[in-house]
Amino acid sequence: MIPAEFDYVAPASLDDALKALADGGEDAKVLAGGHSLIPLMKLRMAAPSLIVDLRQLGELKAVSEDNGTIRLGALVTHHTVATGGFGLVSAAAATIADQQVRNMGTIGGTLAHGDPASDMPAVLLAYEGSVLIRGSGGEREVAAADLFEDFLTTAVGEGEILTEVRFPKLDGYGYGYEKFNRRQEDWAMVAVSALVKKGADGTAEDVRIGLTHMGSVPLRATAAEDALRGKPLNAESIAAAAELAAEGTEPPADLNASQDYKRHLARVLTRRALTTAAS
Amino acid sequence: MSATAAEPWIGRPLKRKEDPRLIMGRARYIDDINAVGQLWAAFVRSPEAHARIASIDTSEAKAFPGVHAVFTGNDLDLEAPLPMAWVPPGVEVKNPPHWSLAKDEVHHVGDPVALVIGSDRYAVVDAAQLVSVEYDPLPVVVDLEKAYEGGDLVHADLGTNQCHEWSLGGGDLDAGFAAADVVVERRIVNHRTAGAAIEPRGVLADYRAGSLTLTSSTQVPHFLRLFLALQLGISEDRIRAIAPEVGGGFGSKLQIYGEEIALAWASRKLERPIKWVESRTEGMLATHHGRDQIAYTKIGATRDGKITAYHTKILQDLGAYLMLLTPTIPSLGAFVMSGVYDIPAVQTDIVGVFTNKMPTDAIRGAGRPEATHQIELMIDQLADELGMDRLELRRKNFMRPESFPHETAIGVVYDSGDYPKALDTLLELADLDAIKAAAPAGKLRGIGYSTYTEICGLAPSRVTGPSGFGLQTGLWESAMVRVHITGAVTVYTGTSPHGQGLETTMAQIVAQRLGCDPQNVEVIHGDTGTGPQGLGTYGSRSTAVGGESVARATAKIVDKARQIVAHQLEAAVDDVELSGDKFSVKGSPDKGMTIGEISMAAYIPENLPEGMEPGLEELAFYDPENFVFPFGAHGCVVEVDPDTGNVDVVKYAAVDDCGPAINPKIIDGQVHGGIVHAIGQALFERIHYDDEGQLVTSNFADYALPSAADVPSFDLDRTETPSPVNSLGVKGIGEAGTIAASPAITNAVLDALRPLGVTFINMPLGPQRVWEAIQEAKA
Ligand SMILES: Cc1cc2nc3c(=O)[nH]c(=O)nc-3n(C[C@H](O)[C@H](O)[C@H](O)COP(=O)(O)OP(=O)(O)OC[C@H]3O[C@@H](n4cnc5c(N)ncnc54)[C@H](O)[C@@H]3O)c2cc1C
Repeated sequence: MIPAEFDYVAPASLDDALKALADGGEDAKVLAGGHSLIPLMKLRMAAPSLIVDLRQLGELKAVSEDNGTIRLGALVTHHTVATGGFGLVSAAAATIADQQVRNMGTIGGTLAHGDPASDMPAVLLAYEGSVLIRGSGGEREVAAADLFEDFLTTAVGEGEILTEVRFPKLDGYGYGYEKFNRRQEDWAMVAVSALVKKGADGTAEDVRIGLTHMGSVPLRATAAEDALRGKPLNAESIAAAAELAAEGTEPPADLNASQDYKRHLARVLTRRALTTAAS
Repeated sequence: MSATAAEPWIGRPLKRKEDPRLIMGRARYIDDINAVGQLWAAFVRSPEAHARIASIDTSEAKAFPGVHAVFTGNDLDLEAPLPMAWVPPGVEVKNPPHWSLAKDEVHHVGDPVALVIGSDRYAVVDAAQLVSVEYDPLPVVVDLEKAYEGGDLVHADLGTNQCHEWSLGGGDLDAGFAAADVVVERRIVNHRTAGAAIEPRGVLADYRAGSLTLTSSTQVPHFLRLFLALQLGISEDRIRAIAPEVGGGFGSKLQIYGEEIALAWASRKLERPIKWVESRTEGMLATHHGRDQIAYTKIGATRDGKITAYHTKILQDLGAYLMLLTPTIPSLGAFVMSGVYDIPAVQTDIVGVFTNKMPTDAIRGAGRPEATHQIELMIDQLADELGMDRLELRRKNFMRPESFPHETAIGVVYDSGDYPKALDTLLELADLDAIKAAAPAGKLRGIGYSTYTEICGLAPSRVTGPSGFGLQTGLWESAMVRVHITGAVTVYTGTSPHGQGLETTMAQIVAQRLGCDPQNVEVIHGDTGTGPQGLGTYGSRSTAVGGESVARATAKIVDKARQIVAHQLEAAVDDVELSGDKFSVKGSPDKGMTIGEISMAAYIPENLPEGMEPGLEELAFYDPENFVFPFGAHGCVVEVDPDTGNVDVVKYAAVDDCGPAINPKIIDGQVHGGIVHAIGQALFERIHYDDEGQLVTSNFADYALPSAADVPSFDLDRTETPSPVNSLGVKGIGEAGTIAASPAITNAVLDALRPLGVTFINMPLGPQRVWEAIQEAKA
């Protein structure tokens, strides 16, 4: 497990980091927690010529809240998120791997990486949150719906750094997170994030369902959301909506889970996540 | 501290002597050991499962900075191919040549084709990628049953994929089945697994001035020395094989690996020390695998539940070559095919089959987990068929406690056992019925049992040796005990512990007999250059055979000590006995000498009995008269989520009997690890090759070893039925948990699924398989 040769810098400022990336060209890579990048390098599935380690950038470790928006610096670890009291976001972060991984892995890293089996992407999608991305050309905000382009491909471009993650607080929403895996520390076979806003009359005012590992990117279960939105929240309506959770999905199959089985899991987990969110 | 009659050393749950150095990172594994002037090696491995090597171009790799040499298969002028140690009399075992580096053809993904040696650990890995090999692909044989039937061949020149046939039986099978009212047949798959020791393999070969020192993460340093001598044509006295601290093996390091031979060869060639440590991916590809057999089992019984006959036909997937014990493994299971049951007619027919996969060989239990899985599943299947309680059926067929030593239908003599007692103890230990009844809404719970025995303590040489079972070796063990002038003791054992706590266990054996503190008994092992001969650690032999040889060497020390004491205290030898920490004269316990005082007298020989040699040091060789047969009863409750197929182990209780416990804490640890190992196989772990023979599960993300978070804590108890085979009365315990647990889990899943109409299922019981079984039963 020996990576190919690479150079390494750990710049002291964001501007220096961006400059190092620009100078390093297309084979330069950002290093955050390293828990996706380093395994890929050891398997030689990634062979960057330059590593730009963000570890010194204290400004990317901040957590704040303003105007109903939770703002998490890109280097905020899964552990900090899991213990931060951010509703569904924390519940999902708490299921990532084990404590060692949560101590190292970062929210910016997992979103920039864009692994559809990872937990945070579909959560951000369900929240309709966004990320800030800095490049030599300046800063832009990218909505979750535009961030995930393909398997391990995100809108974070060459020479760019994801600096901040933004979640609306979604006060008044109930949530449920259902992750199905073989072992405690495994990536999700399928996971479902559900956010439900219950109206005063007991109907579903708003429904958001994020699907993890049901495609090459995280997905929203829009057919199920539409079926439940405006309906009274009860076991029958939830079950009926959950039946539509896998509509139109082409989940990646592997040794342990076929497409059919994953679609089935998506339906079961959606029912459970919605039930929790509505209760 | 001293041992008193009330508080003997044997039986005490002492903390392991070896743990401080292991826990504090002070142990020296192969990765910590380097030689001055050392070079590094990397292997180029085949990405093809089956291909002819059309050409190998090493020029670019040779030119890479830091590279000293690149060797291919035809460069290695070895005396013989890699060894295979089983030549059963009267049985033809086809053994295709297997070289350290493939010569003309590769037969599995990971087959090494070139060896790159250079001055830098990183450079050799980079250079290995520059070795350009042209492969002409050949047809790939992956599926065991198809391979057995014929078609494409793994080794064209053999003309068949069938390696050998071997049978073991006794009693009248036809009459047995004719007498049966009910016959049940099943196809039982025991899938491929990996040993997955936490420490990967590694080798440091250092040839200088005509002598070779080979340090390797191995379970068998003495066998390694022997085969290095045979392969390289170096006289055995010029070879020293060392197993340093070894971080687990589970059988995967009971092997003579091509990497060991190739590095030794290259070190001699270049006259430089050379080191290699495998990566985890290499470990999954090229460290031998285990299990991988399909059994077609048939059991017959009368209506009232008396089993009349049991027949099993086994196809064993050998992989691409025969390694040290590859074809032997299923036969080890055949010795205990009928488990703990008194069955009048039993027959096992084994066919070894080649496929384009990594060879299989011994992994924890080696053949016996397969046999136990088969009989314990069949008992439950039969109970279903008879409509009889599963435990009642077991009790009806248990060998009776008073029948030991019990000769089975196939002529194997079980040494001792009390199976009803183990089962009763289990039922007292845990109220499984209550736990089952407490299933949460929407979940299904089931109970599974496994009442098992196994055969271990390898081995009585006259049974297993060349003219018997056909292993080309004896399987005795030896030990040397040296009492120093201060009374401190050094024990040299020929076994080669790799994490089982044997330094503590053996120290307790010695301390008990010498009246000293086990902390002052150092146990040295794993080095052919120090101490006596030995045969390594495997087959749960290290205490039952190695420990007994330590006990015997110690008994010789005690004999001499008593003579010295009798002489100095002017008493009769027969009146001298150990009492507390003193060898004293019967009736006057104050009058006596500690082992330190005795050894002082032995090394400053002013007043020894006439003609006695000075010193206090003894050697003993021990070849057991018989195997030993640990046994027990395991029971568990699993919870199945019928919506997802997920299986959780809610409760696991185990009663094991390995004779008198020397160190109960170590025994519990071995049982814990053993159970997790088998739960791993039953629910999580699986080596899988795709149709092209590519290994899909080559890392720990895909090869799913369970962690502590995935298993419950275990309820353990013991019964203690001494073995008459050795003076300690002990049996092995390292493999027992693994042998017992997979059928308990599988039977529990079936019990949970029974209300849904699922009657049979094969491991691994991953959620998709369980869910599909439920869907099929519904359809
Ligand atoms: C054993 C194990 C189990 C795991 N299980 C799970 C799991 O169950 N669920 C889960 O969600 N994840 C899991 N992970 C992944 C883990 O959460 C990673 O930490 C995460 O995916 C990546 O975050 P990181 O900070 O480690 O990123 P890194 O590995 O440092 O980087 C990943 C990629 O993102 C890029 N990158 C990182 N940060 C930035 C940035 N700020 N701007 C631009 N590009 C950036 C890097 O260049 C690289 O390409 C697991 C990892 C391991 C090792």
